[in-house]
Amino acid sequence: MSNLCALPLPVLGLLLEPMWQWLLEPLQAGFMVKAIWVSAFVGVVCAVLSCYITLKGWSLMGDAVSHAVVPGVVVAYALGLPFALGAFIFGFGATVIIGYVKSQTRLKEDAVIGVIFTGFFAFGLVLATKIPSNVDLFHILFGNVLGISQSDIIQTLIAGLVTLVIILLRRKDLLLFCFDPNHAKAIGLNTQLMYYTLLSVLALTIVTALQTAGIVLVVAMLVTPGATAYLLTDRFDHMLAISVATSVISCVLGTYLSYHLDVSTGGSIVVLMTILFALAMVFAPKYGILGQKLRRQMPSV
Amino acid sequence: MRSDTFGITVENISVTYSNAHLALYNASCYVQSGTITGLVGPNGGGKSTLFKTIMGFVNPNQGRVHIDGLSVTMAQKRQLMSYVPQADDVDWNFPVSVADVVMMGRYGYMNMLRIPGREDRRQVAESLERVGMTDFCHRQIGELSGGQKKRAFLARAMAQNSRVILLDEPFTGVDVKTEKRIVNLLMQLRDEGHTILVSTHDLASISTFCDRTILLNRTILAEGTTADTFTEENLSMTFGGLPLSSLTQKHSISQQHYE
Repeated sequence: MSNLCALPLPVLGLLLEPMWQWLLEPLQAGFMVKAIWVSAFVGVVCAVLSCYITLKGWSLMGDAVSHAVVPGVVVAYALGLPFALGAFIFGFGATVIIGYVKSQTRLKEDAVIGVIFTGFFAFGLVLATKIPSNVDLFHILFGNVLGISQSDIIQTLIAGLVTLVIILLRRKDLLLFCFDPNHAKAIGLNTQLMYYTLLSVLALTIVTALQTAGIVLVVAMLVTPGATAYLLTDRFDHMLAISVATSVISCVLGTYLSYHLDVSTGGSIVVLMTILFALAMVFAPKYGILGQKLRRQMPSV
Repeated sequence: MRSDTFGITVENISVTYSNAHLALYNASCYVQSGTITGLVGPNGGGKSTLFKTIMGFVNPNQGRVHIDGLSVTMAQKRQLMSYVPQADDVDWNFPVSVADVVMMGRYGYMNMLRIPGREDRRQVAESLERVGMTDFCHRQIGELSGGQKKRAFLARAMAQNSRVILLDEPFTGVDVKTEKRIVNLLMQLRDEGHTILVSTHDLASISTFCDRTILLNRTILAEGTTADTFTEENLSMTFGGLPLSSLTQKHSISQQHYE
């Protein structure tokens, strides 16, 4: 009996040893410790907001804001201001301009968004290539969490914490605003204010994720976790929990992968998120492709 | 306060949408307090627009709306109005349960964090009970039948306990049994002192439960007690597809009819 119990332990150890090695070895480097907890934090902030963004149907708006921050980052670096400040002003400003142009023209919203954000982005490219500064365009576009500086960490933390506090305090009103803005108005809530609250929280989240994912991939972090969770549950609190879980797992594991395989951090995080989404899409019990097919074949089940 | 300032007063409302579509033209009407009033007209005749103007979702180009003598904004702040939306206007895939939706009717009474108190829970439970949805309160809203969906949103309006309740096409996609049930609830609410405005393009049911009727096709064509208003002449005028240019003239004719 004792022999049988004793046998698997070394075997298990043999299997686990390389895994521990894989997990612990990167932690000997200070920058990796930083990168892992920063990306986990960013994962939480993005995941929480992504639930509201997917339900409100604002994915394209997220894409727009993320691209519109580029000139802000360049200007901020050139003037020696915190990057987060420039990014927030330009990101939020773009959404205000989108709203204004939409109300003044007969264009549909997606066309207005397409025009404005690419305009901002192009202006950012022009600035970045003209203004002499130590801004690395590649890092803005694709993130650089492995080389994140102390001041960037502080800015990321502040933007993320402000976002979380605002959402925590206004979560029920924001959910009502996403679900039924007319009812929100009917009971005397200021829906205009909620619209701009959600937009500024969106801009802040993008500022938070800028260093981890970069502006091109940040939209994935703003949409995919919420979209994955939406396929798995019918309850908003569960959706939040699932979204945060998938996001943090992807962020931490993605950072490890990028270290071991020497690949882009933002890229591997988003690839993992997309894989989790694909799994949910196929295997989700109620809304998965497989489940729906099975139910259609056996209507009684 | 004069008693006739109670109820809903609509004065000379015109609404033009940004695509230059004229939805309402010089509409004036009065919804008497403590009655069930039916708003009848063809599809595209401006029923929803009039509702949205009364609720404050749409700002009219001209004209004024008063609810119990108050402006729309004040009425919203004082929880005087609730709205039961059309089925098409609701995202049925949204991850909220029936109980969540009904609790939303209480938000206007809660503090900023919207933490429900004992009174809020009591009102929600009572409203669910009255519409017969207690057993379904944990269901996600998309898992309900057409009639249950209507009852869930009616429960939200009841939990809000507002003086005025507007229902936009409440009988669309609902079976006869549920329609009867909703009508019974509306009559109970009226007897408790609520003012109820129901829009519908289904003429058959109007005379069975509406005390008063307003006929609408881009403007108000007739209004008054259902018995007076439901004449063949008025109905053919409302549903006849008249060109807009004739509306002002017809409007004055219908006014004469009642003066």
